[in-house]
Amino acid sequence: MPSAPDVLFRTLADPTRRAIFERLCREGEQTVGALTARAGVSQPAVSKHLGVLRQAGLVRDRHDGRQTHYSAQPGALAPLIDWTSHMVGFWRSRFDRLEDLLKRMDQ
Amino acid sequence: MSKPATETLSVVVERDIPYPPEKIWRALTQPHLIEEWLMKNDFKPAVDHRFNLRADWGAVDCQVLAVEPHKTLSYTWAAYGLESIVTWTLTRTDTGTHLRMEQSGFRPDQQQAYQGAKGGWPRFFGNLEQVLARLD
Repeated sequence: MPSAPDVLFRTLADPTRRAIFERLCREGEQTVGALTARAGVSQPAVSKHLGVLRQAGLVRDRHDGRQTHYSAQPGALAPLIDWTSHMVGFWRSRFDRLEDLLKRMDQ
Repeated sequence: MSKPATETLSVVVERDIPYPPEKIWRALTQPHLIEEWLMKNDFKPAVDHRFNLRADWGAVDCQVLAVEPHKTLSYTWAAYGLESIVTWTLTRTDTGTHLRMEQSGFRPDQQQAYQGAKGGWPRFFGNLEQVLARLD
């Protein structure tokens, strides 16, 4: 399920978290250890970021023995792409209201 | 997919309006008028002024970036955890004013706000569009 846009934006607003997600998109499934090696932060920090990403529906985890593999779920990003069309609709309706107001205003 | 990534989250709405810039400027900058067409607010046309736009669905946090009376007004727009910039441009025409609104999600000059992210937002959204395109 795609998550709500606000959760998605908040999740991706963190640069480290976004970088982790980007890497999973680009390079495919990886373990926490592999991600930590290049993340520039500690393994607990990476795990925490992965947890937040998972809650937002952006990554999926797969257990294989003692290892957990994480993979990106780019389909969860759809609401982000919807942002543009949503805002266009919003501003067009506000322009209509602005024009109505201008008609009613004194010079 | 040839669209520059920096435009991915940019929204432009423009319209020719049969009133002079001075009148439109009032509607864009006076709180009781802003409320009538946009949202309840505590706006002031002063650079760095922080204000809120409030609606029943929530609030938008804003800060004034630029004010050039009757010409340009720009402020940040933070909602849903996404920071964007709204810029109004008023251009006088023979019949009134050409009014342009641009809301840009992630401009290149905003990248410094996201330091630490390799490549920053614009490239990220470029990748993202490619990723999404492959899904179909």
